[in-house]
Order: sequence, then structure tokens, then C-alpha cells
Amino acid sequence: MRINHLRSVARVFARLLIIFAGTMLLPLAASWLLDDGAQFAYDEGVLITLLCGLALWWWTRRHRGELQIKDGFLLVVMTWTLLPAFATLPLVIYFWPDLSFTDAYFETVSGITTTGATVLVGLDKLPYSINLWRAELVWLGGMGLIVLAVAILPLLGVGGRQMFKAEAPGPMKESKLTPRMAETAKGLWLIYVGISVACFVAMKWAGMSWGDALVHTFTVMGLGGFSTHDASFGYFNSVRIEAVTIVFMTLAGMNFATHFLAWRSRALSPYRWDPEIRWFLVVMYASVLGVAVYLWAMDTYENFPEALRYAAFNTVSIATTTGFANTDYSQWPLFAPLWMLFLSSFVTCSGSTGGGIKMARAMILYKQVLRELVRSVHPNAVIPIKFGAEVVPHNIVFAVLAFGFSYMVVLVSLTLILSFTGLDIVTAFSAVVACVNNTGPGLNQVGPATTFAILTDFQTWTCSMAMLLGRLEIFTLLVVLSPAFWRK
Amino acid sequence: MKIIILGAGQVGTSVAESLVSEANDITIVDQDAGLLTALQDRLDLRTVVGNAASPSVLKAAGAEDSDLLIAVTQSDQTNLCACRIAKTLYNLPIRIARLRSSDFLDSKELLDQNNFAVDFSICPEQVVTEYIVKLIEFPEALQVLEFADGLVSLVAVRAVEGGLLVGHPVADIRRHIPRIEARIAAIYRGDQPIIPEGETVIEAGDEVFCLAATENIRDVMCELRKTDKPVKRIMIAGGGNIGFRLARAIERDYQVKVIDISPQRAEFLAQQLSHALVLHGDATDEDLLEGENIDDMDLFLALTNDDEDNIMAALLAKRMGARRVLALINRRAYVELVHSGPIDIAISPAQVSIGSLLAHVRRGDVAAVHSLRRGAAEALEMIAHGDARSSSVVGRRVEEIALPKGATIAAIVRQLRFPEMKPANDLIAVEVTHKVIVAHHDTRVEADDHVIVFALHRRLVPKVEKLFQVGFHFL
Repeated sequence: MRINHLRSVARVFARLLIIFAGTMLLPLAASWLLDDGAQFAYDEGVLITLLCGLALWWWTRRHRGELQIKDGFLLVVMTWTLLPAFATLPLVIYFWPDLSFTDAYFETVSGITTTGATVLVGLDKLPYSINLWRAELVWLGGMGLIVLAVAILPLLGVGGRQMFKAEAPGPMKESKLTPRMAETAKGLWLIYVGISVACFVAMKWAGMSWGDALVHTFTVMGLGGFSTHDASFGYFNSVRIEAVTIVFMTLAGMNFATHFLAWRSRALSPYRWDPEIRWFLVVMYASVLGVAVYLWAMDTYENFPEALRYAAFNTVSIATTTGFANTDYSQWPLFAPLWMLFLSSFVTCSGSTGGGIKMARAMILYKQVLRELVRSVHPNAVIPIKFGAEVVPHNIVFAVLAFGFSYMVVLVSLTLILSFTGLDIVTAFSAVVACVNNTGPGLNQVGPATTFAILTDFQTWTCSMAMLLGRLEIFTLLVVLSPAFWRK
Repeated sequence: MKIIILGAGQVGTSVAESLVSEANDITIVDQDAGLLTALQDRLDLRTVVGNAASPSVLKAAGAEDSDLLIAVTQSDQTNLCACRIAKTLYNLPIRIARLRSSDFLDSKELLDQNNFAVDFSICPEQVVTEYIVKLIEFPEALQVLEFADGLVSLVAVRAVEGGLLVGHPVADIRRHIPRIEARIAAIYRGDQPIIPEGETVIEAGDEVFCLAATENIRDVMCELRKTDKPVKRIMIAGGGNIGFRLARAIERDYQVKVIDISPQRAEFLAQQLSHALVLHGDATDEDLLEGENIDDMDLFLALTNDDEDNIMAALLAKRMGARRVLALINRRAYVELVHSGPIDIAISPAQVSIGSLLAHVRRGDVAAVHSLRRGAAEALEMIAHGDARSSSVVGRRVEEIALPKGATIAAIVRQLRFPEMKPANDLIAVEVTHKVIVAHHDTRVEADDHVIVFALHRRLVPKVEKLFQVGFHFL
């Protein structure tokens, strides 16, 4: 890594920072408009972010260098680790000195990685603009900061594709919707904004206030799970709102590239031909029914419609890695919440705003297992792994296997670290699963009725790390941390 | 008739062979001079070396005054191009193209007179595939041929002890299945053809040709042998053009295994097929066959491009316990060789597929031609045109028609509208009612009847055709 490379990265990063400062104007405006007493937190935050951005820009203003593949990785990692640090400014300043940087960073990472785990209590009493800022982070992180940068910054050029791949979730990232990357990124953001607007209107129609509708639109579309209320969706206690939320969580859990294709061809057939979406829907809604029947059979709820309502909302919310709750489901018999957490680790589609290893990888892993089984009976059999009608190339199968393995290693080692620091095993494991999958609430001490505030600083940093590992799908982060990356 | 054949491959050669004997002027075009020389040594025809899709080569082949162009090169694109050139530059009246890819057939306007100008397209691999699919559906049959758009079927069945009619005179079929009109068109005992009379007794081992409406064919077969248990497990050796098409056509209805020797081809097959199990290996490798439970297979199909491999694989599979084996054999000598050996069915692709081409080549009254008994005999579907004065067939009873000895009228399909005679716009084509009449000595042929004629010898065919020509009275 020569200084030249750093400068190429810094040059793009400077622009990102300036844009990011611009995104803080939304809560600032809301704050001024509502006069909620948090204005001072934003103008300083905007100022600091903007100044840093301008300084970097000044430093690199004469630099003309294309981004290399390596630079792309570095830029993506820098974006995802440093922007949350700048995003803490409004929180730290507002709460000064009650909120440590550790907790604030956890909160913003949780937002930008669309996790939705929180260390804050008393959300109902917070200024509206603070909640809006947290939610906006979720929304921005949902479709991806780099995708946004590629869409609006023309200077990325060829390097843009590389970074796009480093950030986009899922095993097969070559599906080019349009010949040019910038057009693809623009199309994806356009669809994202479009569905968000629909969600906003639907939320309002379902009975939320305008303010709640906006915050929840942000967190539903990003599959984040931040709410304006400590009781999450229990506060609204409205079947209609829950139904609308389920619909939009499902939409956001699908591949946005498929939404894009459907929109461009004005037809529903792309959904039919996407095998991932088929499995996403089948697995998730079969689980909803299963959990409902289970809860009903276990007498958690007296009648089936009630069981179905709670099962549907919480299962879809956790499976899509959103993390809303309309009841304290950690009180349910343990199987149900564990199953929901299990779903969250693979159910969402690649190219969605959800977390986990993605349905595409789960399908490839499953088919690889099946292939080995058939091969042991028919040694001469030629069995390609198919994804829909397409054959998955060997290198992708191997990449998926490596990913599956490292995902396991990450889960186990982080769980061990947390339990080493004194957490009980259910809390430690569920916290790691909830963070790596970007789900949000875990079980026990970090369950849906509580927060992550009980964690020590070290545990909080571990969880922040877990969220970033999960959002950048492990490898992007590991690449930058590997010695080979820095060797000249 | 002056005919140009483009491509001296298997199809081109067998077309040339069967047309030469019918006294036509044939010019054959190919890029391989050696192939053409060898062909010219055997057959009386003219050869031109060159690219079939180039105007000068077509001109050299005599496109200006030819009546028929048969483009059967390996390349669809060359065939299409040649048809267009022949139409545009030389206004050659009838153009037939071989099109392997179904892509071209998906949109109708692509082949019409304004575009590629293909009058008829044929796909030999598809014809062979459909032929084999029929055999799988009727595992008792040696051959299943359809006439009149599938309304009438002709099946060849080997009579086996236990069949109801075996050991009884032919006329008993009326008593056994009174509802069904069926006709036994010919019997081969050993290699001797017998024209069946009412009192001819069917013996076990006879090869019997039966004709009936397609929906009744299964009942008719029961007369000649007990029904086998239906086919479930099929192994295909060779995933070439035919093997692949066949596997794709049947993989949903049967348990199919496909063996191919080329790793790339196996990979391709596995990608394209969704249910069949693709195996990479040699179909003559007994360990592989044993490992894949060859003894449980109801049907083993050897469909590689190599005659010897097919014969060996089929023999091996039969010995290792496959219930029925079928081999694709191109060389006529080999077909004769394996006949009545352990291989149950030998298919000669050229014989199977040439009928669809010959129907277009022969004068307009022939709707379908199928060769039987490895090309020795032929079944024809003729259209009786004209009226009692201009035709020597129309308005006459079957016994009055002066058919050459060895040819019989087996059935008549009345009021059928054939697809090629449909109006251009399919929407106004009304549902046509039709009637299958099994011919008796007093059945009267009417105008526009489709008459199915069974000729015991190929040399009788020109006489049959002449008989059906309008305005020429045969004595």
C-alpha cells in the first residue's frame, strides 16, 4: 500500500464524507421544525464532518489516480467503519457526557449495518430528530453507502464495480442489470426510494403519525428494526400496522435487482423465475405457520388467530433480520425464538437489505451436500449445482463453502469471546447471532424487552465488530485485515 | 425432376441414394471433395465442391433450372442462407431446409417467403427422437408409424405365444375385438412376406404389421402378445443430438440415466437436463453398467454416433440383464447383421427420418412415407385427387383398383384436412371431422381421401404413385 493508493482512497472518501454531512441535514431540519431541543447536536456534527471532508478533499485535490481492486476494499472498509464514527457526533454531543463513544458507536454501527440492536432506553422520551437520525442511518446502510456513492459520484469509474462487489450482499454479484455500473446503482436506489415512498404512505394509512411513519419506513426498508418506542410495535398494538409492516419487510427481504427487473419489464415474471425468492417465501411463511401452530399447541396463546398474529409478525421480523417485536417473544418456549434466529441467518435474498448468509448461499450449500450424497451412490454422475436454470460455476461454489466455514468460525469464536467475558451462553450466543446476522434483539439479557446496554465496553466493541463482519460478509473485512493486503 | 442436395453428410447421402433410384437428376454440393468422389463412385449423380451458401456454387450446381433444393448441411445458418439465395436469385420453386435448432421455428414469419423462404423444414434428429419416444410408449412394438396426422398408426409386432390371435386365423380378430376396426396389413415369416388372407394363421415369431386408429392400437397389440410391464427405468448411452433430445423429452415421465464419454458433453447434458441423472463414462464399460444397475433397466438405448460402440454396448447391456435393448445403427450392412440377434430393435436414423423428406419430394399426392423392414418395404399415405373420370382410384371399390401385386390398401382416412393445406390464417381453420375406415374389398374411395397403401417391395412404389396421379390412366 503506497501513499498514492491511500490518496486515491482518501480522495473518494472525502467526497463521501461531504455527502454524509449532507444527510445530517434531515434530522437537523426536523429538529428545527419541531424545536425538540437537539438542534445544537446537529450543527456541530455537520460542521465537524464537513470540515474533515473538506480537509481531506484539499489534501487530495490534485491527485489523479484510478482506484485499484485493493483500494476498493480499503475504501469500503473505511466507509463502513469511519462513517459510523462521524455519525456518533449528534448522539455524543446531545447526550454529553452520559453516552460513551463506545455505546454511541455501537448504536450507529447497529443503525448503518441495519442491525437494530440498541443501547438506548427511553426511546419515547428522546427528541424526535435523534430517533430520525438513527432510522436514517438504517435506511442509508440498507441499500448500501457505496452503491449510493457509485450512483451519484461519477469519479469512481472502473473501481466502482469492484467496490460494488465488495459491498453487495450475496454470492453472485455479476448480475449486471444495465451495461453501466452507475446506471445499475441508480436503478437500485430508485427502486429502493420508490418502495420506501409506498411504505411511507401505507404506514400512514395504517394509522401511524407522519413522524412515526417516516422513522418506521426507514427502518422497515433497511430491515433495521429501530423504533421510536421502547415497546417497539407493541406500542401501536394494531393488526393493520403489523400487516403493512409484514408486507414491506417481505418486499425488502427480496433481491432489489429482481424488483428492478420487474419494474423495468412491468411484469411479475421476474419474481417467478427467481428461485431465491421462491424459497425465501416458502421457508419463511411455512415457518410462520409452524410457529403459530407450535405456540397454539403449547398454550402460549389461547386461540389460533392470536397465535398466528404474533407468530407472523415476530417470525417475519426476525427472519428478515429486521428485529421489531410486538410482544416479548423471549417468553415463548425456547424453540420458537431459536428457530426465528436460525431463520435470520439464511432466509433473506442476496441483494436485499437483510443480513445473514443469504438464501442463495444456503441453497448452494444444500445442493452441494446433496451432490456429495448422490455422488457417493453414483461415482460417475455429473451433477452441476443449478441456481434456477443457471449453473453455478465451481469457483463460486468453493467461495460459498469458504464463506459458510468462516461464518461458522466467526459465530463460534465470538460466542466464546463473549462467554469468556462472563455472559451466560444463551445471551452470548444469541447476541452474536443477532449481531452477525444484523437482526437486532437476541435472547435472555439482550432479548426484545431489554437492550444491549448491560454489556461491558469490551463486549460492546465485540458486538460492533460482529455487526460489521456480518454486513460486509466477512471477507471484505478480513481481506483488509490480512497481511497479504498490506504487503508491497 | 432436377434436384440439388446441399451437404453430403448422412442425411444428404441417404436422400441421394433413395432419390437416385427414382430416376431424378441429382446434383450434390459439399465442401469435402473426398466425400463427393466416394459418393459419385457409387451413385449416378453430379457433384459440386464448394460452400453451399454461396450464389456461384448454387449456380454451378444448376440452381437456375432445378425444381427442388434440399439443404441438409450441418449448419442451420448455411441451410437458411442457401434457401434465401435460391429463392431470390434463381427462383427455385421448392426449398427444403434442415433446421436443428428449434429457435428458428418459434416464430412463423422467419421462414416464410419474404424472409428465409423455406417451404418445409425438417429436423432428422427430432424425427428419430419422436420415433424412439413412440417405441418407449409401446414397448411391445418393433416399429410404430403414424399416418394422417397421427390418426392412424401402423405397428410392427412380433407375435408371441400367449397372444390371443397367435395360432388362429387372421379373420378371428373381428370376433376378438368386434368394436375395433383393425387390419393386418402384412406378415413376415422369417424373411418371407405373406399377404394375409382371412384364413392365414398367425404363428409365434411372425412379424405382424397391424393398422388401426391410433387410440385402438394398444388393444390390437394385445391380440399378438401379452402386454409387457410398462417401461420405467431407461438408460441412454450417448448424449449426442438424439440422446439429448430424447432425454429431455422423456426425463419427466421415466427414470432416465444418460451416459456420455466426453466430460464436456456430460457437463452440458447435466446443465440442460433437470431430472435425468447424467453419468460420465464409457457405455461399454461393464463396471459402470453394473454399478448403475443395468439389470434393473427396462430399456437400454445405445445412441452414440458410432455404430460399433452402439452394437457392443447394446449386446453387453442385454447380456448383463437389461430387459430390452435398442441400438442406433447407420450402416445398412450392420442393421442386416444384428437383425434377429440379441438386440431387440435396430434403428437406422436415415431410414426413419427420410420419410418426412421423401413425402415432400415425391409428387404432390404423397402425404407421408415410412420405410419398413430396413427399407425393403414401404407404407405410403396417398391422397386421392380428382374424380372418377380423371383418376384411376377415386370412385372405385378397393377390389377394382389395379394395384400391383404386393401392394394393398390398408385404410382410408376421409375428410381430413392436412396441416399444409390449411388456410394461412390458422384461426379460420375450422375443426375438421374425420373418419378412419379400415379398407375392405368393397370400400369405395372418394375424392380427397387419404389412402394408406402398404407395399411389400420398394420397387412397387413408383407404380403405386403413378396410379394415384390424376389424368393418367394406368392399365
